[in-house]
Amino acid sequence: MSETKTRKIPAPAITAETEAFWKGAAEGRFQLRRCTQCHETHWYPRAICPFCMGDTAWEDASGEGTIYSWTVMRRAPEPYAMAYVTLDAGPTMLADLVDVDLDGIAIGQRVKLVWSQSAGGPPVPSFTSA
Amino acid sequence: MTIRNKAYIVGAYEHPTRKAPDKSTAQLHAECARGALADAGLTKADVDGYFCAGDAPGMGPLSMVEYMNLKVRHVDATDIGGSSYLMLVSHAAQAIAAGKCSVALITLAGRPRSEPPRAGNPYQPDAAWEQPYGIATLNSYAMCAMRHMHEYGTTSEQLAWIKVAASHHAQHNPHAMLREVVTVEEVLASPMVADPLHRMDCCVVSDGGGALVVVSPEIARSLKRPLVAVRGAGEAVKDTNGGRVDLTYSAARVSGPIAFAEAGVTPADIQYASIYDSFTITVLMQIEDLGFCEKGAGGKFVADGNLISGVGKLPFNTDGGGLCNNHPANRGGITKVIEAVRQLRHEAHPAVQVPNCSLALAHGTGGLLGTRHGGATLILERQ
Repeated sequence: MSETKTRKIPAPAITAETEAFWKGAAEGRFQLRRCTQCHETHWYPRAICPFCMGDTAWEDASGEGTIYSWTVMRRAPEPYAMAYVTLDAGPTMLADLVDVDLDGIAIGQRVKLVWSQSAGGPPVPSFTSA
Repeated sequence: MTIRNKAYIVGAYEHPTRKAPDKSTAQLHAECARGALADAGLTKADVDGYFCAGDAPGMGPLSMVEYMNLKVRHVDATDIGGSSYLMLVSHAAQAIAAGKCSVALITLAGRPRSEPPRAGNPYQPDAAWEQPYGIATLNSYAMCAMRHMHEYGTTSEQLAWIKVAASHHAQHNPHAMLREVVTVEEVLASPMVADPLHRMDCCVVSDGGGALVVVSPEIARSLKRPLVAVRGAGEAVKDTNGGRVDLTYSAARVSGPIAFAEAGVTPADIQYASIYDSFTITVLMQIEDLGFCEKGAGGKFVADGNLISGVGKLPFNTDGGGLCNNHPANRGGITKVIEAVRQLRHEAHPAVQVPNCSLALAHGTGGLLGTRHGGATLILERQ
């Protein structure tokens, strides 16, 4: 089994709009924004709902989902996997896949959220096999 | 208001360089401008509108208008990545139709081979959610190909046919970076760079540039070049849709029908198509979304040489395209228009010239197919 080696993850650019997400991340809490008007969740997190322009609020989410699409970047010093994951909570989000067999990834595979430490910043969401 | 027949492309120039370590980006823009104006039979003094996009150095039109010392009364620097220049032809036509200018100059140039482009803006709202994962052009497009294969059964062999067709055309272009004709087997044998894309599914990286001159009908008729009219245009933005992601289609689904409606023609009428080819999957999705075949049938459509001039039903990218010829500034939009103009003037290489070509389409996809991108469609007619 070929495992993803440690790839240096640059710290995410944090804004006032998303600061609470990264504080939660440091505590291991995964949060989504849900609209207070249309009650839809979305990704990436925004203060203004991308579906109805209503105000949105943070809520805790489980981080379980299925792989919508994926690729392994083999043209890199250390190959790494990336996927769009459709969360059970609704939206589809981009993240890397960690601790997976790079030759055994498939669309439809169940995955769960884990946190990966960034360089000098908060942990960022990643996914691994459920 | 329509732009149909309100503006004509009278100047088109593709810089011959593919590696320019000894030139500046501004200089390349100006060399392209000089080439396109000479091609049109116009001079710098005739230019009263200037159009550029994100590859222009400094503050776009401010920096380049000064560098070239243009005296203009209209500028536009709308940036939708590599598709900008097709859209700028449309914007130039709109400005001409509205009387805001009568000779519009559009330039593109860059030196990604000699000097790696600067990193993205950390204030763009998507940055925190993508950049930590090593999102790049290559893996973004790869995920589109992976999903397209999953939903429609598209194969790597079918994608390879797109590169094969481009290589058949590039062999006749002395300026093309990759002139060797390749086979499906050779594409499949090239290294996997981001599943399911092989190295030969990817375009070249080249320094260079190009320029276009778009003018009013009165000025076009006063010049000696064949009349290439802007008959229809469409533009669109496609993105991750708030997390309701669908990677199987492109902005061409929106921009294409707008352009066809304005032109009053259908995909079956198109004799030649310049289709943005950053990757083979880009071509396949755009061909479907523009309506050259049913959604999901792109793989069958491109197979067996159907894109090769003189062989198939839809001759495409007869200069060799981004896959083999040139992808200046990592933005191939302007070369798409330039080769369409060559075809309509009947100035393409004789081996790839479409006989009696009078109606052509050019389409660009700029940005990342798998996150957010612009799409711009032009339908051009020889009159």
